[in-house]
Amino acid sequence: MIKRIVYREWRIPPARYWTILGILAVIAGIGGLAALYMEHEGHWVTGMNNSVVWGTPHVFAVFLIVAASGALNVASIGSVFGKGAYKPFGRLSGLLAVALLVGGLLVLVLDLGRPDRLIVAMTTYNFRSIFAWNIFLYTGFMAIVIAYLWSMADRMGAVFYKPMGLFAFAWRLALTTGTGSIFGFIVGRQAFDTAFLAPMFIIMSFAYGLAIFLLVLMFTFDQEGRVLGDKIVRRLKNLLGVFVAAILYFTVVYFLTKLYGAKNYELVSWMLLGGGTFTVVFWIGWVLIGGLVPLGILYHPELGKDRNWIAAACALVILGGLATMYVVIIASQAFPLQIFPGQTVLEAAPAGGIIAEPAHYSPSLPEFLLGLGGMAVALLITAGGVRVLQFLPESLADESMPADEGAKATGSALAEA
Amino acid sequence: MAKAVVRAGLVVVSLVWALGAQAVLAADLGSFVTQGSKAAGLSACVEPTEVMRRNHMEFIEHQRDATVHGGIRGTKYSLAGCIACHVSTGADGKPVPANEPNQFCGACHAFAAVTVNCFDCHANVPNGGPVSEAGVAAHQAAGIAVAGDESAVKGQ
Amino acid sequence: MNHHEDKIDGGRRAFFGVAAGVTAGVVAPGVVLHAVSAAPRSEPVTDAVRWGLLIDTTKCADGCRACVDACDLENGLDLQIKPEGQSQVQWDRQKSVWIRKVKLQDNQTRRVTNLPLMCQHCEHPPCVDVCPTGASFKRADGIVMVDRHTCIGCRYCMMACPYKARSFIHENVHGQLTRVPRGKGCVESCNLCVSRRDYGIASTACVDACAAEGHNAMTFGDLNDPESPISQALKAIPSRQIREDLALNTGVRYSGV
Repeated sequence: MIKRIVYREWRIPPARYWTILGILAVIAGIGGLAALYMEHEGHWVTGMNNSVVWGTPHVFAVFLIVAASGALNVASIGSVFGKGAYKPFGRLSGLLAVALLVGGLLVLVLDLGRPDRLIVAMTTYNFRSIFAWNIFLYTGFMAIVIAYLWSMADRMGAVFYKPMGLFAFAWRLALTTGTGSIFGFIVGRQAFDTAFLAPMFIIMSFAYGLAIFLLVLMFTFDQEGRVLGDKIVRRLKNLLGVFVAAILYFTVVYFLTKLYGAKNYELVSWMLLGGGTFTVVFWIGWVLIGGLVPLGILYHPELGKDRNWIAAACALVILGGLATMYVVIIASQAFPLQIFPGQTVLEAAPAGGIIAEPAHYSPSLPEFLLGLGGMAVALLITAGGVRVLQFLPESLADESMPADEGAKATGSALAEA
Repeated sequence: MAKAVVRAGLVVVSLVWALGAQAVLAADLGSFVTQGSKAAGLSACVEPTEVMRRNHMEFIEHQRDATVHGGIRGTKYSLAGCIACHVSTGADGKPVPANEPNQFCGACHAFAAVTVNCFDCHANVPNGGPVSEAGVAAHQAAGIAVAGDESAVKGQ
Repeated sequence: MNHHEDKIDGGRRAFFGVAAGVTAGVVAPGVVLHAVSAAPRSEPVTDAVRWGLLIDTTKCADGCRACVDACDLENGLDLQIKPEGQSQVQWDRQKSVWIRKVKLQDNQTRRVTNLPLMCQHCEHPPCVDVCPTGASFKRADGIVMVDRHTCIGCRYCMMACPYKARSFIHENVHGQLTRVPRGKGCVESCNLCVSRRDYGIASTACVDACAAEGHNAMTFGDLNDPESPISQALKAIPSRQIREDLALNTGVRYSGV
């Protein structure tokens, strides 16, 4: 007999809750002020210029959007792939997905040159543009996830649970493909112009979404003293390890593919060796902090069992994800366009650096604050949601775990790992 | 009871003020026409005044697509045409931007609290014709007439 | 940048008058045939013409900036002011540039080439493909430009342009020219002096300036007209598109690079 999963509101003491909310609200507010400042003065106050047109806000925004689709994955594993142990996560997963997406979109929209023209963006479309498609993919995602959540929570909606799960899973794949294709469709830049970026973004979404999900799960359960069984934590952290390893694999294949063409020798050697800050961020951030160190922690026989180390690994994956976005988005812009292959630009005036040498970019404070504000908004929505509505399962103890679909029904529901 | 009387009185006063303000504004507007321009001496140049008051934004909005996408210039709904005639001159002899308060655009827009952000991009005083001065000089030297010269009022 | 305050050089003017007169004599039949008279356009533009440029880099002079300066004057780019508090270095990276002079050297042969680089007015522009609102568009006569009323300032077109032709306006703008409205938060690039196009003036500022300097490295005209000077020049001398592997069919062609 399958035990019914009970969901309950997050009931930590009010003082602590309102402190968390207050801190997040302040960070979000500062982000809003930063956006106002950038819009009022103009983008000259940022580090962006005519060479590096997308900067730190886009790093945060794309990270949040990618993580949003990955956060929904956890629910999909429960519904689409029938892993019963993941079923209790469905609601939190959906909430996080919507929250992260809203945070990311907010940052993106506030960084526009003319954010007052959002109505124009929502009503005038050029459907050759993947950006235009993304507007529908993003808003549709939010609607679908909310419908999905309804099918999980409402008894009337239970009949739609499986189809909605499948639909949401397919939509989220389309969304991440669309996000990766923003860059992959660009023919003019050497680091882009590849179909590879879409699946690479999907793999990255798995890892970033799960890392954020695991952190939020462990934090909320720990704060209120709810039981989070070791078995399920082990499954989640092993899964995270697989995703992180997959990112490293995709990274290797990406660079090998680029390296195979003679025209890309300069690009790869610049990114991996001669790119200054970008090279450092790549090796330390993308590879080490975002890949190798979390892998080592998660699969370590001792550290992999310690909740604190697992949480640290999740945080490192998130930091590594931001570093990855930094390199993918900004380094690719900084590398000079190969307008005249086989020739060197000696001088270019005016604005010589624009096409002659790798462009200069340094993050500015308003950009960083805006990005941080977006993350705070995502966490605000999550914190408010779990407090007010029943998103969190009451207990995830080992004994009460539902069995996987198709697994032998035994007296105790100890699922095989 | 007294409160109700006071409130009613306030409402009446503010209504009268609002109506009076309209009358004041309408009178002021008559002065926003450049001396000697096409519009001077006409009571209504492009369309009747009431039509313009209600619909100028639609005329401009349709015209902008015709100009940007179709390349059509110099029609009666041209924004540059408005500016060429309806800019007043300050005490120092320099043209005053049309979107400043108490100017042709600014006066009504400030009253109606509608932001006019045309002039984020568009020149709010006449500033040059369809070709730069150097271009005009070069063409005249070669004996080629340059249209639109007559609307080019040197600003600043 | 005090060009408009320089005294008019009578001798130069006369030379230019002769050069322009000869050009006008050659161009005039084409001008008449296309009914491009010096009057504002009243019918929507059609694809009967396709405007293009031919740049003969062998005639482009090292260190000469006539085209750049003329473009600045024509399009109000010389009116750009560095915002207070901004460093000069950053401002140089952020201010709008529609045309730039580039000096190249071949890595193997060491041969040096000079050329001006601007929006290439592609037939299949990547910038038009990626614009979410359709603000970046190709006009019927081939000019690729930005409808600033619809531009939301997302800068995706700047990412997509293979020639780094587009600029984003990073600061509040004042004192704009009537013929070139430009303001904060939108993207812009060379529009082949579209104001001149719409008033029937058969030249661009950069081409005029190059001719005035005596270099005559740039030719402007109608690519669809086989009799136009540019079409005849394209038939006579070898030329190519920059980044032709992208198959964008640019309207700007280069010879000698």
